[in-house]
Amino acid sequence: MNLTDHEKAMYDGEHGRAKARAMDLLVRYGEALGAERLVETNNVAGAFNASTPSVQAIAEKGMEHVYSELNLDSDEVVEVPHMVAHTCQLITGIDNDNWELQGVDKSLVDMQRANEKYLGRRGVNMFATCTPYQVGNVPVKGEHCAWMESSAVIYCNSVLGARTNVEGKESTGAAALTGRIPYWGFHITENRRGTHLVELDIEVDDMMDWGLLGYYIGEVIGEEIPVLKGTGRQPDLIKLKHFGAAAASSGGVEMYHIPGITPEADSIEEAFGGRSVKGTYRYGAKERRETYEKLQSSTEKKVDFIMLGCPHNSIDQMALIAHMLENRKIHSDVQLWVHTPRAIKQVAERNGYIDTIREAGGVVMSDTCPAISRRLPAGTKVIATDSAKQAHYLPAITGVQGWFGSVSDCVDAALTGQWNGRV
Amino acid sequence: MDISTEAKPETIELKGRKVVAGRAEGEALVTTETISGWGGINERTGTVIERRHEMRGVSFAGKILVFPGAKGSSGWSAYFHMTRLNGVQPAAMIFTRMTTKIALGAVVTRVPAITELDQDPLSVIETGDWVVVDADAGTVTVTKKKPA
Repeated sequence: MNLTDHEKAMYDGEHGRAKARAMDLLVRYGEALGAERLVETNNVAGAFNASTPSVQAIAEKGMEHVYSELNLDSDEVVEVPHMVAHTCQLITGIDNDNWELQGVDKSLVDMQRANEKYLGRRGVNMFATCTPYQVGNVPVKGEHCAWMESSAVIYCNSVLGARTNVEGKESTGAAALTGRIPYWGFHITENRRGTHLVELDIEVDDMMDWGLLGYYIGEVIGEEIPVLKGTGRQPDLIKLKHFGAAAASSGGVEMYHIPGITPEADSIEEAFGGRSVKGTYRYGAKERRETYEKLQSSTEKKVDFIMLGCPHNSIDQMALIAHMLENRKIHSDVQLWVHTPRAIKQVAERNGYIDTIREAGGVVMSDTCPAISRRLPAGTKVIATDSAKQAHYLPAITGVQGWFGSVSDCVDAALTGQWNGRV
Repeated sequence: MDISTEAKPETIELKGRKVVAGRAEGEALVTTETISGWGGINERTGTVIERRHEMRGVSFAGKILVFPGAKGSSGWSAYFHMTRLNGVQPAAMIFTRMTTKIALGAVVTRVPAITELDQDPLSVIETGDWVVVDADAGTVTVTKKKPA
């Protein structure tokens, strides 16, 4: 791989052992990809924190062991200096406040807190959310990023027009210390053009509809780049957040275009950029219904856990849920967890939304989600969720049955203890 | 005895591109389905756990893993990384579809890995064949298992 003088100096250890180990990983990774060079990045979103039992044995030796082994793939234990790039922590396994409710062992909570202190001082900003773009990290069009988290990557590429591949724990660890990432895949303009056309025969309007459309597209398109035609009404952050998460769950979609709405294409032609259209799909009432059916993995109408907020809720979603729960009580057999980034939780607290949700019997969670933590309320057998992504992963990971539906269907299930959702 | 009439095991050589350096040999484990890291494997046993995966319950520990590549969460590399720390990583990886997940995953699993082969490894290699991966030379040598 071609390295600049500064990159060579880092590689040779002139800027310390941590950067040398980080460059070693980036060169091995870049060569594996077949990349010719690295690109500068000043925007890294990764998984740094230690919160799982498997990390505990390493963390006991010291936090520099965790970073060296797990974030740099280095056998040599290095002192970790301050991050060079703007860097944030994505979602974690433990809610720092509600860990008891999650059933987390206190020793793990102590480890996470100690690890956060270590990372915080070195410039890893503790957003602790899957949606960094909701709480202050909003890259601009064309900005080269190194992000993990499939739902964030697809948002970054498609809605913001910034550039990132799906990075991993080790590559983000190395990028944060060097400000470099392999120049490959979505960093390169030609690789960002559309490949497939998806024509809509029906209007896609509310959040559930956008989730269904995303889940359908991921299934039929896999890892290609869809171009959407005929979406009708203007979508907002909430809808595109949900759409992208769904498409990245059922398939591996990392980029899409909605001509006239997403920033890299004003027209269908521009979205394809001269590439031939590899295939066309039509999405109508039949496809919508079939997708809805696919997302249901339950036959039991009695529900015991309602999960809202995947990807983490915006303040407007928190306001809506609070409004729906105002002066009401959830069913005594049901637990309701609502997930939002910690920074948004503070606003929701100030607005009184948290009190309203709490008075109704719900819990507002931050920092984590059940799929990442693999923790549900004890005895949960049947869940309901407004997230296509959670409906996809939670039954597979935890063995529960799952219902998917609109936020109002889910709130109704929380109040009645019964699933009455329909498409 | 005329040795020329004795059945010799069939040997095939494939040429490809090095992803991770090194040489390894072992029994092939072949799947035509992509594998998820996070949520798709048990990192303590090296076993595929994904529901509806054709290899569910099968361990790739010590095998030459032949598969299309990675899918799913960005935690792919971290989970294969853990299989190495737990000593249940595959002996080598042969795959057909390059992505950032599989590239980084192969690198941190630190096993010989190869791609861009001149024949489709998913159809040439069968589970149980003896496979030698020489990533530096860019070769995969397959000795077909004896017919049952």
